[in-house]
Amino acid sequence: MSWMKSLFVREYQLANRVGGGALIGVLFFLAVVTIFPFGVGPDMILLSRIGAAILWIGALLATLLGLDRLFQADREDGSLELLVMSGRSLELVVLIKCAAHWAATGLPLVLATPVLSLFVGLDFQSIVLVTLTLLVGAPALTLVGAVGAGVTVSMRRGGVLLSILVIPLAVPILIFGVSAATAGAIDSNNFLVPFLFLCALTLFGLVVGPLAAAAALRVSGE
Amino acid sequence: MTLYDLANPTRFLKLVKVVLPWLIVATVAALAVGLYFAFFVAPEDYQQGQTVRIMFVHVPSAQLALMCYAMMALSSVGSLVWKHPLADVSAKAAAPLGAAFTFLALFSGAVWGKPMWGTFWVWDARLTSFLVLLIMYLGIIALWKAIEDPIKAAKVNAIITLVGVINVVIIKFSVEWWNTLHQPPSIIRSGGPAIHSSILIPLGLMALAFVLLFVTLHLMSMRNEIMRRRIRAMRMRAASAAPAASSSTITKAAPAGAR
Repeated sequence: MSWMKSLFVREYQLANRVGGGALIGVLFFLAVVTIFPFGVGPDMILLSRIGAAILWIGALLATLLGLDRLFQADREDGSLELLVMSGRSLELVVLIKCAAHWAATGLPLVLATPVLSLFVGLDFQSIVLVTLTLLVGAPALTLVGAVGAGVTVSMRRGGVLLSILVIPLAVPILIFGVSAATAGAIDSNNFLVPFLFLCALTLFGLVVGPLAAAAALRVSGE
Repeated sequence: MTLYDLANPTRFLKLVKVVLPWLIVATVAALAVGLYFAFFVAPEDYQQGQTVRIMFVHVPSAQLALMCYAMMALSSVGSLVWKHPLADVSAKAAAPLGAAFTFLALFSGAVWGKPMWGTFWVWDARLTSFLVLLIMYLGIIALWKAIEDPIKAAKVNAIITLVGVINVVIIKFSVEWWNTLHQPPSIIRSGGPAIHSSILIPLGLMALAFVLLFVTLHLMSMRNEIMRRRIRAMRMRAASAAPAASSSTITKAAPAGAR
């Protein structure tokens, strides 16, 4: 158990200290949300209608931004090979790395969501729903992203390709996340079904993400 | 001869050499008959007029777009489980074909949609899933190009293809849940086909012709890929066998570069 805890702490500290830390993701999130009104106009009614979607897309882009370094930094300094050869389950290692990455970059995004919701004119209920869906759904984004990160780990400048590979995988998460947030704001009865689907996708990502990412890391280590 | 013997690239190439001419003849014949039926025998639709004929290209393309992905997924299982190079080659050869058929399905659908629905594009469930499928195909092609070592590229692609298989199903379901405008399935459904035989027969012929076309192109593409890999291996062998020669060319070239 202690190796899992120390791996988590190591990953968390690295993610927090390298490249501007957790705040850089939140800053990017803020920038994306800010740029939307310049594109669609300062119409508060329109913005509040698409606000949940803006926040979700902002969170998706901010998650994608940091993913290319998830395994790459470890590969470059050799610690990835140590982790592969450590005899521990590589799937579990990947899962811990994802958890630390999410705690360092995903969780700050969720915490920033209520504040950023004010910029797109969401009411109190919508703010709660968007934050809740992101809290449940953002781990799924990190987990499917880990598959892309594992696959592109040996590539210099694999970030763009990673995004192209991961965005199709993120489509269902986005659909159920946004529809839970927007449908729930109109009628709370419509909230539960998409929200449960979102939970299912996250659980599904918990299984498929580490399995596929670990397989990809083993290939690149050969 | 078992399937395992077939998996030997040299035997595979021999077989392709024998089979390919017949396949090409069969494909051309099936396409000719199918197109003749589609253009001259099938009646106009009372609502859609001549545009109904677009369907004879659209439906087989869409069917093949999915079939290519299934082919890629099966090959991916082959390269992950049996680690066989021919499965790698098959998966790699299927990706551009799948992308092309997906594009053809989207394009023919758009051309048909303009006069019928009044717009080239709608964010309808099936159109959207096919657009996502196209992005997946193109991403997989890009991944093949990005990794130089063919064995590593094959394994990595197999992983992303298999994750994609699960995802295609989820996307289809979730997008349908999200929005639906496309006609519901009308050929394979309970209670028999809803299409009259005058249209169903040309459609079946075209579907057969497209499958033959796919098999032909896939075999040709696999053959080319095997050749490409052999050339690569020969080049690497030649490069490693002649270190003295290459170093002498460098020393010879150096003064020329200095000038």
